[in-house]
Amino acid sequence: MMVLAALFIWVAAWALNVRLAAMGRTLLVPLIFGLTIIVVWQLLVRGLGVDRVILPAPTEVAATFADNIPTLWADFVQTILKGALGGYLMGVIAALVVAVLVDRYGFLQRGLMPIANFMAALPIVGVAPIMVMWFGFDWQSKAAVVVIMVFFPMLVNTVAGLADTTAMQRDLMRTYGASYLQTLFRLRLPAALPFIFNGLKIAATLSLVGAIVAEFFGSPTVGLGFRINASLGQLSLDMVWAVIVVAALAGSLFYGLLTLAERALTFWHPSQRSQRH
Amino acid sequence: MDTEQDKNKMREQSVVKASALDLTFQTNDGPVHALKDVNLEIGKGEFVSFIGPSGCGKTTFLRCIAGLEQPTGGEISVNGMTPDEARKARAYGYVFQAAGLYPWRTIGGNIKLPLEIMGFSKAEQNERVTRVLELVDLAGFEKKYPWQLSGGMQQRASIARALAFDADILLMDEPFGALDEIVRDHLNEQLLALWARTEKTIGFVTHSIPEAVYLSTKIVVMSPRPGRITDVIDSPLPKERPLDIRDSPEFIEIAHRVRDGLRAGHIDE
Amino acid sequence: MRGSFGPILLILAGLVALWYAAAVQMNVKEVLTQAERDGAVITPASAAERRDAGRWGLVFGNLEHLGATWSSERSRLPAPHQVVAELWDSTWVEETTGRRGIVRSGSLSNRSLVYHGGVTLGATALGFVIGALAGVLLAVGIVYSRVMDMSVMPWAIISQTIPIVALAPMIIVVLYSIGLPGLFAKAVISAYLSFFPVVVGMVKGLRAPDHMQLDLMRTYSASKSDTFWKLRLPASVPYLFASLKIGIAASLVGAIVGELPVQRGGLGARMLGGSYYGQTEQIWAALFVAALLAAMLVWFIGWVERRTLHAMGVQP
Ligand SMILES: Nc1ncnc2c1ncn2[C@@H]1O[C@H](COP(=O)(O)OP(=O)(O)OP(=O)(O)O)[C@@H](O)[C@H]1O
Ligand SMILES: [Mg+2]
Repeated sequence: MMVLAALFIWVAAWALNVRLAAMGRTLLVPLIFGLTIIVVWQLLVRGLGVDRVILPAPTEVAATFADNIPTLWADFVQTILKGALGGYLMGVIAALVVAVLVDRYGFLQRGLMPIANFMAALPIVGVAPIMVMWFGFDWQSKAAVVVIMVFFPMLVNTVAGLADTTAMQRDLMRTYGASYLQTLFRLRLPAALPFIFNGLKIAATLSLVGAIVAEFFGSPTVGLGFRINASLGQLSLDMVWAVIVVAALAGSLFYGLLTLAERALTFWHPSQRSQRH
Repeated sequence: MDTEQDKNKMREQSVVKASALDLTFQTNDGPVHALKDVNLEIGKGEFVSFIGPSGCGKTTFLRCIAGLEQPTGGEISVNGMTPDEARKARAYGYVFQAAGLYPWRTIGGNIKLPLEIMGFSKAEQNERVTRVLELVDLAGFEKKYPWQLSGGMQQRASIARALAFDADILLMDEPFGALDEIVRDHLNEQLLALWARTEKTIGFVTHSIPEAVYLSTKIVVMSPRPGRITDVIDSPLPKERPLDIRDSPEFIEIAHRVRDGLRAGHIDE
Repeated sequence: MRGSFGPILLILAGLVALWYAAAVQMNVKEVLTQAERDGAVITPASAAERRDAGRWGLVFGNLEHLGATWSSERSRLPAPHQVVAELWDSTWVEETTGRRGIVRSGSLSNRSLVYHGGVTLGATALGFVIGALAGVLLAVGIVYSRVMDMSVMPWAIISQTIPIVALAPMIIVVLYSIGLPGLFAKAVISAYLSFFPVVVGMVKGLRAPDHMQLDLMRTYSASKSDTFWKLRLPASVPYLFASLKIGIAASLVGAIVGELPVQRGGLGARMLGGSYYGQTEQIWAALFVAALLAAMLVWFIGWVERRTLHAMGVQP
């Protein structure tokens, strides 16, 4: 019965979306799609009697979420605010400083950047066990993992951005007899902003990945990664899903804030301009 | 006697002095001789136009004057210094062939850029921005971004940017190329008025013979491959030049000479 | 690029030197404690004082006892040559003369890093192929169906902003409890992680042709499939490969993380094992093999890319 209802709702919602899409409702269509998935999920789990240690129903997850808000908040603070955000800030600032140095000295450009490009593609989460050994179970080791993870993508993007000026823009600064710092702050950094934001966005997701995965290698009894592992051990999958909801919310929020800042600061870039009208 | 004295005075006050200047670009398919044995002296307060077919080295020579390009032979001095030193002394206002405004700054912000670099006060900056925007007929566009303006308006803004800080030497590379005839005439007049008022030395690249003759005290005709000077014409026109001077016989005669010079360069090929 | 060979070597040499220096500093306390147990005289003498002392202070106070910082077992930071030795031991030595090596058992060892790397590589490759194929298909759907575009695309973009790896342990445990083989469970995670970057990149690529090019196809009254095969698909190739490189790196991370909850071999299992038993050299060695694997995989994609572009007639 519920399975049939699920099928019916799926088809009906899709048909509705086809019509709405033709009308160009850009916000409504994905919302309906997302809602449909949750409703269908609920009906299928209930209708087929799926074991809750395999897949809990959305209502169960919601209830667990509501019941455990203090715990989840503590986990959020531990993993996201301390581990991920702490490491993110340190890693990003370090990368910006190194990028300016690399941009200044051709030797570093030639010697360091190939290594950095290589490092940016490596599974750096693997350093997590080492960092846990060095910095202990608490958030410091997670922040350390995040620092290393965000550093290379951020460096590569910023260096590319600092080089992204036209010959004429540079010549103009030369005719003014502008100093290195004047050129850096008035030309190179503004021109690099779109690239810097690209790096910041990539780094944002990586920082959450690093902070959560590092907890799988050892953590105090608080934190999102710890909670996932512990709840899995007790086979309470509703709690695991609740944690995943927290992680998803945190990730979207982080990314959303960065996108707002990007819109505000790089409104002049063609990629942002075409989005506006 | 009189002329001899004049010349001496000129030499003392020569602003740009190029002798036997050579510049070869090394490219993938062999060297390009962009400038060959260029000798030129530009006195203080002169308005010099460079005219010649595309690729004859006009831009390259202007860039040499501004120290943006290193000559491979010969000597060039600006105000008795090397171009690099002159640049450090903020001697140049340069208008490039394209507008080259920074997209992240408003028109006003773009004009302020050199003023900030050279350390003008805030009040002075604002006052100058208003003044030069009026000069190029862009009053009221201060808060707009470059990409919100037409190509010609952008080019005028870039001229305003070069005028804002009162450099002694204005180097302009086809600044009016993108403008319609009426605006061009207007800006030509404005430029002449500015020049008469300020005694600036101006180097001006153009493809238009009437423009060159109308504006200049000296017209330098160049020809390509290798880029060199084929003729230097001193204009006898008075400093005061209303627009209708372009119909006078003297004007037409100089224009002829320039055209002949250009033809000769072409036949050479 | 020819000119960068020297600087790279110099910087790498600098990093190795830094590593050796760091090894001294990181391992000095443990080494001094051991030296004291063996009867050496250490300054300062008491363990309590040493606990509070600065590491560099200890280094310069006890220069003659530092030899062991580059050779002690279970060090906090093994020296580079120790890691290299571990790599050698756990690959060549293990495979040939080791207890389970080819000499004694007649087959390749299931304890060597080659074996573990192979386990991870298998899951990565399987998952990547599934994820990339699914991603390309969905991208085509998105480009040709407005409803799919509007329904799915925003979620595909949002899903890139959330740490999907958080799902990995759950997927493993659930699939394991249903009785699916471990390889498949890990491949699911790998596929999942490589799926979204490929979707987003491929959609961008298929939409890369501009209006003029599309209008040109229209003036030929080209069919939808002609437009797809002759314009959209070739135009998407650079985007596709860029996202495949991101995708395969993500797949590898997925496979490694997928090996954490159930300890059945693989580089992730080696790392976790090493961290349980304080075998730092084992962690480092596994890390290097993972790096090597990543480099090989990305290089492989790049190679396929070059071949493809060449076949398409693009001059480098
Ligand atoms: N950076 C460079 N590298 C190599 N060759 C160059 C370079 N800049 C200019 N050239 C060459 O030098 C010659 C002169 O160029 P230049 O830009 O000075 O010409 P121009 O007279 O300004 O032409 P136009 O009227 O088209 O602007 C050309 O043949 C050009 O190809
Ligand atoms: Mg030119």
